[in-house]
Amino acid sequence: MTDDAVRVRGLRKSYRDTVAVDGLDLTIAHGEVRALLGPNGAGKTSTVEILEGHRPRDGGDVSVLGVDPAEAGVAWRREIGIVLQSTADGAELTVAELIGHVARYFPRPRGLDETLALVGLADKRDSRIRKLSGGQRRRLDVGLGIVGRPRLLFLDEPTTGFDPVARRQFWSTVRGLDTTVLLTTHYLEEAEALADRVTVIADGRVVAEGTPDSLGARQVATVVWRDGREQTADPAAVVARLSAAYGGQVPGLSVTRPSLEDVYLDLIGGSR
Amino acid sequence: MTTLGLGSARAGIELRQFWRERDAVVFTFALPVVLLTLLGSLFSGVYPGSPVTSAQYLVPSMIAAGVASATFVNLGVGIATDRDDGTLKRLRGLPTPPLSYVIGKILLVAVVTAAEVLALLLIGVLLFDLPVPSDPSRWLTFGWVFTLGVVACSLLGVAASALARSARSAAAVMNLPYVVLAFFSGIYYTPVGALPDWVIRIGSVFPLKWMAQGFRSVFLPDSVLPYEVVRSWEHGRTALVLTAWCIGGLVLCLTTFRWRGRQTS
Repeated sequence: MTDDAVRVRGLRKSYRDTVAVDGLDLTIAHGEVRALLGPNGAGKTSTVEILEGHRPRDGGDVSVLGVDPAEAGVAWRREIGIVLQSTADGAELTVAELIGHVARYFPRPRGLDETLALVGLADKRDSRIRKLSGGQRRRLDVGLGIVGRPRLLFLDEPTTGFDPVARRQFWSTVRGLDTTVLLTTHYLEEAEALADRVTVIADGRVVAEGTPDSLGARQVATVVWRDGREQTADPAAVVARLSAAYGGQVPGLSVTRPSLEDVYLDLIGGSR
Repeated sequence: MTTLGLGSARAGIELRQFWRERDAVVFTFALPVVLLTLLGSLFSGVYPGSPVTSAQYLVPSMIAAGVASATFVNLGVGIATDRDDGTLKRLRGLPTPPLSYVIGKILLVAVVTAAEVLALLLIGVLLFDLPVPSDPSRWLTFGWVFTLGVVACSLLGVAASALARSARSAAAVMNLPYVVLAFFSGIYYTPVGALPDWVIRIGSVFPLKWMAQGFRSVFLPDSVLPYEVVRSWEHGRTALVLTAWCIGGLVLCLTTFRWRGRQTS
């Protein structure tokens, strides 16, 4: 038994002659929001679908809420929530009808009004799902994922195709949830905004893991001035020293830290 | 909730979606009704040697076609759509007993089929003066032909749903074989005995021809028998062929059914 929400060791999955997941390890604590980052084809969706019990694996040990998803039944499914990558079901139903229907599968679901408020769809209650915008449809999907009060929520590329305003609304929805979340995304800002920890995968393996601001070598800043450059963990000290040396103004001074995107591109580039 | 409770909840959702989906209502439900009204009004005349008018002859055949539409076309399109739009994937991610999905579909088919038969029967009685039999043995015949026909066509519809690549193509993929088969089964072309021999031979392989013949035996007098393919209602053969299709349909379902669409690997 394990106290972790998710524990994966040596996960493997191949499709014919391509290896999608190649010995992946992943541990997610209860209450954590974890982002799984990686380029297209890195094995994110395969991994998540194996954890959701949607896909069989070729090898490795997987425990999700203490249960192997490949053998999990209805009782386990009551504990998890899944927000799929793209959906178009229930187009002719109203928002309230579909949420109300999905709620019936769970022993103690959230109320309709509470769910609608959490995902910001209270004013769309009686709208046909067909008429929702892309962002509203995704928020409905999240509503369907959380209506059963899951202990673990899977969000697979939840904001692909969103405009910036819709993305920010969606982020505040996710921040308002009190549950363990496994999120896949290829938006770096999204991982930074939501995740407690980030796991970067490339070619089916973990290439880095950490908090968004410690990932890779992000603490190391680069100080550049007219006559030189220096990498340091303490840029203030370097600037103070330079300032003293130049007697005030340091010509052409800049201090930069690598963005998460720089670190990420470096990580996945390095694995190629 | 119990599997049965969830099954009836699914039926409620399925029925609401069916009646709100214009394509489903127009193609699956209204087409047989419109065709019966049109063809019944166009055909005129009485079959010599019997009191049966051309329109009355058409009604039981169209009831068979309506049952096939409400089962075969309805399930084929419905399941292909569920596979394509993510309904099945969502259900597999929820604590759903698979049986509750099946129960939902069975109840959907039961309600739509009953409404279809009732609508066609009403048109037959009100527009074309079709006499409603009072002999209970005829209703007994109706009962078993209906039951076997519904089961056989439903199972074939479930199996055929795998042929449609997407929700959008499903209506076309299901309706073409249905319309062709209805023609080969002597639904639109009356009386059935006047069809070319090779057409009858092909039609006789499939359940629709036998279901139509069974329903004609319920609603039409024996004096119309000379216009059938053979001068008998062939109840024994009807039961045999329909039962064979129930078994064959079940085998096809079990071997071809896919929860996933084709595009997902």
